[in-house]
Amino acid sequence: MNTETLIPKLGVVTDIRIDTPDVKTFRVVGLDGKKVFEHMPGQCAMLSIPGVGEAMFSITSSPTNEDFMEFSIKKCGCLTNWLHAMDVGQQITIRGPYGNGFPVEGALKGKDLLFIAGGIGLAPLRSVINYVRDKRQNYGSIQIVYGSRSKEDLVDYQEILDEWMADEGIQVNLTIDRAQEGWDGHVGFVPNFVKELQPDLNKTVLLCGPPIMIKFTLEGLKELGFSETQVYTTMELRMKCGVGKCGRCNIGSKYVCKDGPVFRFDQLDELPNEY
Amino acid sequence: MQAAMISRAKELLQGGQVQRVLGWKTGEFVYDITPAVFQSVEELEAEFVYNDFCGNNLSKYLIKESRQPGKVLVFLKPCDTYSFNQLVKEHRILRDNVYVIGVPCEGKTDGETLKAAGVRGILGLQAQGDRFLVETLYGSQELEKAQALPERCQNCKSKKHVAYDELMGEEGQVLQSGRFDMVEKLEAMTPDERFNFWRGELSRCIRCNACRNVCPACSCEKCVFDNDNSGVAQKAAANSFEENMFHIIRAFHVAGRCTDCGECSRVCPQNIPLHLLNRKFIKDIDTFYGDYQAGEDTESRAPLTNYTEGDVEPSIVYQRGGN
Amino acid sequence: MQKLSLSKLDQFLEAMAAHQALYLPVEDHSGQAKFQRWAPGVQLSSTLNTVRSAKDFFFPQTEDLVNFKLRGKEIEIIDPRTEHEDFVVFGVRGCDARSFTILDKVFLADPVDTYYQSRREHGTIVSLACTRPEETCFCTSFGIDPTCPQGDVTCWMEGDALYLTANTPKGEALLAQVADLTEACGDEAVKAQQERVSAILKKLPLANFSTKSFGGQVLMEVFDSEKWGTLSESCLGCGTCTFVCPTCQCYDIKDMDTGHGVQRFRCWDSCMYSDFTRMAHGNPRLTQKERFRQRFMHKLVYFPANNNGEYGCVGCGRCLSKCPISMNIVKVAKALEGDCK
Repeated sequence: MNTETLIPKLGVVTDIRIDTPDVKTFRVVGLDGKKVFEHMPGQCAMLSIPGVGEAMFSITSSPTNEDFMEFSIKKCGCLTNWLHAMDVGQQITIRGPYGNGFPVEGALKGKDLLFIAGGIGLAPLRSVINYVRDKRQNYGSIQIVYGSRSKEDLVDYQEILDEWMADEGIQVNLTIDRAQEGWDGHVGFVPNFVKELQPDLNKTVLLCGPPIMIKFTLEGLKELGFSETQVYTTMELRMKCGVGKCGRCNIGSKYVCKDGPVFRFDQLDELPNEY
Repeated sequence: MQAAMISRAKELLQGGQVQRVLGWKTGEFVYDITPAVFQSVEELEAEFVYNDFCGNNLSKYLIKESRQPGKVLVFLKPCDTYSFNQLVKEHRILRDNVYVIGVPCEGKTDGETLKAAGVRGILGLQAQGDRFLVETLYGSQELEKAQALPERCQNCKSKKHVAYDELMGEEGQVLQSGRFDMVEKLEAMTPDERFNFWRGELSRCIRCNACRNVCPACSCEKCVFDNDNSGVAQKAAANSFEENMFHIIRAFHVAGRCTDCGECSRVCPQNIPLHLLNRKFIKDIDTFYGDYQAGEDTESRAPLTNYTEGDVEPSIVYQRGGN
Repeated sequence: MQKLSLSKLDQFLEAMAAHQALYLPVEDHSGQAKFQRWAPGVQLSSTLNTVRSAKDFFFPQTEDLVNFKLRGKEIEIIDPRTEHEDFVVFGVRGCDARSFTILDKVFLADPVDTYYQSRREHGTIVSLACTRPEETCFCTSFGIDPTCPQGDVTCWMEGDALYLTANTPKGEALLAQVADLTEACGDEAVKAQQERVSAILKKLPLANFSTKSFGGQVLMEVFDSEKWGTLSESCLGCGTCTFVCPTCQCYDIKDMDTGHGVQRFRCWDSCMYSDFTRMAHGNPRLTQKERFRQRFMHKLVYFPANNNGEYGCVGCGRCLSKCPISMNIVKVAKALEGDCK
């Protein structure tokens, strides 16, 4: 752990990919061309443009990527607007990694995995998906259920088509909220789609998306017979320090930045519903 | 008075004329009174209090309370009624949803004022005529009430209620007070002396926002100092300029609307005499536009939001030598 | 134990100030005390406590974290820190002295906050035993003995003398600086004072106040209490309680564009403020009720849950004196006690 945790390091943006009308994926390396630091899937980093703001983002690239880190960022506030407007070559500040990450080397090892994501919620899961793809022998089956408002709003669509769907032994189920021309896939909301798909009950679920989607998907999973101890999610609250000291990202006695952002639903059950 | 107030509140609650009562609630000690909404006769009997420590101005709570279902009964002291009127005038309080009972006030003290008067370890207090008998951990102490009252009550501007549906006790009069004496002293200072006086005071500010949040005139839905996009939304004053700016902007914003209720100075944990900034504006408005008391009525146009041909020109600042 | 004649108090302060910066409680013209740097002529206040707590010395209200210079697409990172000077804080009361232990648990926990740590290393605490506790005091509820406060050096002022004892190597080093002025003595006078003050402590109105029913074990019970609405109904949402509190340590990090670069500073923040948890996509604590609840849950439940049962309060009574609406931890704890089961 960097001992000067509040003093960031410098990174430079080497590539900007337009994912959707409001999501871009930024590739970041250190000034020496190497990764700024190592991380585990599900961990986050504080990115900042001095004078504009600093905020926590999940690292969407897999740690198995040895060349760079990536961040898929949705435009929704002051800092993210600025990031969306910048060009390749821009330096940014970066500190981290923060948080616990998904237990890819622990509880998830050897398990059949079901990833369920909605919209930008795919960002933190992409890190895990590519990690388990690269360490395929350590995990069981992989199923990915992903939905967005429209085809254009599917993040990482090209990667999904070219890589994930091309992988043998990975089942990818895509859905969009409303029918549109040029889409012959499934139409409907993620929670209903999951119920229709009737996934095996022995799977371990990694769930991320907008709060309302998480709520109904979890309910659907429980109806299917899944237990809360099988379902992981990752949380996001306002953060300033990233190390459990500035005092604002707590859910009950747990700090999302330090004790999370990854929680199992049975752990969240013991905490107040204040998120 | 307290017993009569409880009994009248019970009547109105039980009769269905009002659904809630906004008043003051007892605390741990004799002085730590909290504004409270009472929903039932039982709550009133158990906790309602009206004594020498009920200084909190309840008018600002009516912005929210008058928007709740039903009608709320509120007890207002004379100076609170000025804030009430001003908020009604600004359409912040829905007048029809409020039943106002005016209650008399002989000045309200508070724990901090007693401590400043040298009383420590307060266990109990009794008012006897113009004296307070205070029981403390270290023996009994007797104080002249006039000395144990905060400045705003020592210089009370009015014992008259300017708004009420019903009055309890005897109606008082608008008073001649010495409330501008200190402003005159400040005006008589040289600019450097005056600047040093205010630096001495404002440098103690911890930006807790208590003055703003308690102020009945500070009723903006979103304050500029809470707006990240304003560029001034700092939670701590980074330098002396920011310390001054917060209070000066606030004084300007409440100018012509401040009724001089004195809550800003009461709540300041650092005892900064914030009311003096507001009084300077009040005094100048009186001088330039004729005597004007904000909150005296709900109809008249305030001098700063009205135009007349006789209005002073900005050059008055130079004519008065910068004062 | 060492003894210093109070007639030599000025010499004593001067001797300490010759070696390092010396801060002590001093009264301002409004009659309230604050910690101020000693200089010849500065008088020690006789008031019980300062308005602002002693936390400022280690966790100041604002502090520069890092500076940036921006040139086109390039950023330069500048660590603005210079070595802190050594300093002594004289006259810290038992409550504030304990607050450092609580702050340490936050700032010195991994990863260490090096800004705080550096100040802690450079500071020496000289605590002063209380002789005239007030009705708002309840430090004894948290196992604090105000007649024998913790610190590098503990002092007692009794009669015409100041009695001193060092508790740490730092404290011994400090007393060595003033050894010429002090003489060894017995502890009879101190014992007598402690007995006298202990008797007063037992008579305090909050002597029997306890937070023992609270803690991590009743998290949901307390959180779900129906009383939060009433308790918070007249809360103004100001930051007075948090800013005068010796254990409140939440902070914000902000950038200021100075025109020559960007200063990133941290400043005290308050969970009572509406923007504390506001994000681009919403706010998990929408009304004052949730914000108010957070403050007391933190002190009575969350902090003990994470720190072996230790509460985030030292009973200094500042919030009791200073809250504009007189709502405070004592009233809250008493009201919620019944929900702790």
